[in-house]
Amino acid sequence: MSALTAHRERPTKEKIGVFVCHCGRNIATTVDTKRVVEEILKHPAVVHAEDYDYVCSSPGQELIEKAIKEKRLTGFIVAACSPSLHETTFREVAERTGLNPYKCEIANIREQDSWVHEDKEKATEKAIKLTKSAVEKVIRNEELEPIKVGLYKKALVIGGGIAGIRAALDIADAGFPVVLVEKGSTIGGHMAKLAETFPTLDCASCILTPLMSAVAHHSNIRLLTLSEIMDVEGYLGNFHVRIKKNPRYVDPEKCNLCNDCVDICPVTVSSEFDEGLSLRKAIYIPFPQAVPSSYLIDLDACLGMNPITCGKCAEPDICGPEAVNFDDQTEIIEEDIGVIVVATGYELYNPENIGEYGADKYLDVITSLQFERLLSPSGPAVGIPKRPSDEKIPKRIAFIHCVGSRDERHQPYCSHICCTYSAKHALLFKELVPDADIYSFYIDIRAVGKNYEDFIRRVQEEAGVHYIRGKVSRIYEQDGKVKIFGVDTLLNKRIEIEVDMAVLALSMVPAHGIEDLASKMRIQIDGSGFLQELHPKLHPVESATSGIFLAGAAQSPKDIQDTVAQASAAASKALGILTQEKISHIPTVATVDTDLCSGCRLCISVCPYGAIKLIDEKAEVKEVLCEGCGACVSTCPSDAISLRNHTDEQVSSMLKALVGEI
Amino acid sequence: MNELAERVKEISDQNVYSCYLCGNCSAGCMFTDEMDTLPHQVIALVQMEDKDALEKNTSWICASCFVCSVRCPRGLDVAAIMEALREIKIRERGFRKIDLRKIKDIEKLPQIAITAAAQKFTW
Amino acid sequence: MDIGFEPRIIAFLCQWCGYQGADMAGTSRLKYPPSIVSIQVPCSGRIETKQVLEALSKSDGVLIAGCHTPNDCHYVSGNFKCLKRVTLLKKFLKQVGINPARIRLEWISATEGRKFARVAREFTNEIKELGPFDFNGKSSQEIKAKQDSKLRLKEMGGKENE
Repeated sequence: MSALTAHRERPTKEKIGVFVCHCGRNIATTVDTKRVVEEILKHPAVVHAEDYDYVCSSPGQELIEKAIKEKRLTGFIVAACSPSLHETTFREVAERTGLNPYKCEIANIREQDSWVHEDKEKATEKAIKLTKSAVEKVIRNEELEPIKVGLYKKALVIGGGIAGIRAALDIADAGFPVVLVEKGSTIGGHMAKLAETFPTLDCASCILTPLMSAVAHHSNIRLLTLSEIMDVEGYLGNFHVRIKKNPRYVDPEKCNLCNDCVDICPVTVSSEFDEGLSLRKAIYIPFPQAVPSSYLIDLDACLGMNPITCGKCAEPDICGPEAVNFDDQTEIIEEDIGVIVVATGYELYNPENIGEYGADKYLDVITSLQFERLLSPSGPAVGIPKRPSDEKIPKRIAFIHCVGSRDERHQPYCSHICCTYSAKHALLFKELVPDADIYSFYIDIRAVGKNYEDFIRRVQEEAGVHYIRGKVSRIYEQDGKVKIFGVDTLLNKRIEIEVDMAVLALSMVPAHGIEDLASKMRIQIDGSGFLQELHPKLHPVESATSGIFLAGAAQSPKDIQDTVAQASAAASKALGILTQEKISHIPTVATVDTDLCSGCRLCISVCPYGAIKLIDEKAEVKEVLCEGCGACVSTCPSDAISLRNHTDEQVSSMLKALVGEI
Repeated sequence: MNELAERVKEISDQNVYSCYLCGNCSAGCMFTDEMDTLPHQVIALVQMEDKDALEKNTSWICASCFVCSVRCPRGLDVAAIMEALREIKIRERGFRKIDLRKIKDIEKLPQIAITAAAQKFTW
Repeated sequence: MDIGFEPRIIAFLCQWCGYQGADMAGTSRLKYPPSIVSIQVPCSGRIETKQVLEALSKSDGVLIAGCHTPNDCHYVSGNFKCLKRVTLLKKFLKQVGINPARIRLEWISATEGRKFARVAREFTNEIKELGPFDFNGKSSQEIKAKQDSKLRLKEMGGKENE
């Protein structure tokens, strides 16, 4: 009883109206709405209550507006369906009538009462309790306005593969400046290495290089190659990013691609672009169409500027334009950024981890990307694949699917593209070597994508590939032949065959360093190491941190089509933010009572958004970062933090109302 | 889960339904020439609760070399499943205990059968 | 055994999963006893031990429903924070002689209306069997123990999070 008296004594200036909806018969059959009205009027803060057929209808909304004006209501409750349906509707009514939208609350007496109960007496009692608890909440609700902040109208795209290129171009074409950061010396990513692309067999360079050169010449794009993200601070619209730009030692502005430096350079190392199948010099250009269009020096391989050892490339008679600059320094670039697109791509799983396939021991067991280079007209084999051991054209070749994919010991997921690209490899190889015998060891053919099934069919019919269903257990080399231990699970026969070369369709794994980058940006990584999207279906390009979007194989293994689609989606999401003048953020955030805060930092450790900082030994919530989850509130040992419009006091009084104490 | 698979799980702690029949166990097995049925097929039989799985000679030819267990992409201990099948068969016979001295022509029996019988039935 | 006792159960439902699951039970017209009244919270990680105790002091049982572990939580890891807290609270309840079964934690997604209705029915029956709960009548010592340990629980809760 004490609670009741205490409550009666509480002076309240609040004048609350309650509108009980019949929802036709949906509520009225099981809930006695008239009684709810009668009972709720006994609440000291309630000055008006009525029931109506459909409160959400126009006449229903007019009832509310009329009551607000006539009774000078300070807030109101609609006892009706779930807040997920009409909370917005009624809060708009509040706003129209000059009330703060947060002075409207919904009592859910349909989904959580009339629809799930049959006893009218009890359902009515429950409706009264739910409505009272909503009243208790609304009288303690603060009037809140969405938090508005300005933003930098500039985007950062991390990763210069096809995903990053597409996203950067989309944003730049829409008229916003973009900073494109690429770790390597050129943009283009893995796609630049590919020969032809499924299912249409477009030549990869032909469709990619125009985009690369568009990036190079776009007035809105600032391209930073050989660059890495050092740290990211701030929040949606107001990120501050520091980028480390490593020296190239050749000035791209001056370099005229004469190739004289390469001819004179005495150092040869294996070429990353050709996946180790060819050699390059210490001063080199990864491939002729590289962007930026310039040579660079690999300082690890270079003998150095010391005239006694080398420095030949820098001599004026070699480099006429004097582009070679050994004094080039690492630069730290700072940028203020509004939105970020992360498109860091993938790499192939390290075949050395799969000992039984022997890719680290046997020259003729190669990776799918190596084979891609062998097929490429500009690759190390100049178009007709030759096996690495003796440079002969292989006549029998085996493609091994699911190498490292769908395998608990390696990567449990399906890498999505290997079935189709292995089919493409088979077809391209058959065109180049018509008398070849091709074996393809698969577990399941997963060619999911527009026109992919047709493509597989074409490969089966045209290339005459022997598709063998069964995982390969072991590969080794004997007498210059690659021996494969497999099984045909459809014929139930074990198979041992000898081929000239085996190609491993290795699984796609996230690019090296992604964990580090993700933790710098406070975005999540999923169980397989890929970037975690906010929701697999409804928010597939958003990260959990607002303002950071995901594109391409960094989020999950995907083919070029899906990558480009996702990149454009990420770009359009980014543009949705960049085109706004101010960003609004939910105002129901955590606040700190600095008098109570002991500076213990527990809240900092539990905040998933890094929204809390210690300033003068007191916690301070950066409101635009706070998503209002309340983790800090429940953790604070001093009760110094509270969540706006979900305070301990509100919960406590709602509890009282729910058990009939009010 | 079917009863046979249940018993296999009880003995070996391996869920045969994890198997997606890729055939890696059969591909790597050195003894398939002697087997009337390949290891992955036996697992398929267990998945379908086909008691034939117990009548195949596969589990008796298995030498427990563990190549299959090591390479299984679903992390199944295939050798343990084979052992479980041997166990089920032996227990079916109703033996509580096997006195190895009483087995005739013991040298002609597959070693794996003797091991299975001796290990689990001398409690 | 139905002794005509209608239990009072308070449900803390997170706004993304538990509450939506309860709504789904309604949309699917699944029936459960009216003994359950719900309170919407932003996240199961927002629920404090003291709030659960306060709810329990006014009712016969407390149901908490959040998003499925490990990845469903809208706020990354609130469900784990709740799990830790509830596990600890149950241990504490046991020590002070209160049946920990009066508190139930469930992961119920927005689509699991059926699960919500089932849990609501099951839990009501369980509480019916346990009988009415008189927090205040039991002994003032218990209440004191509760208040003393409230601080300690927080401390421990803090430690786990470090």
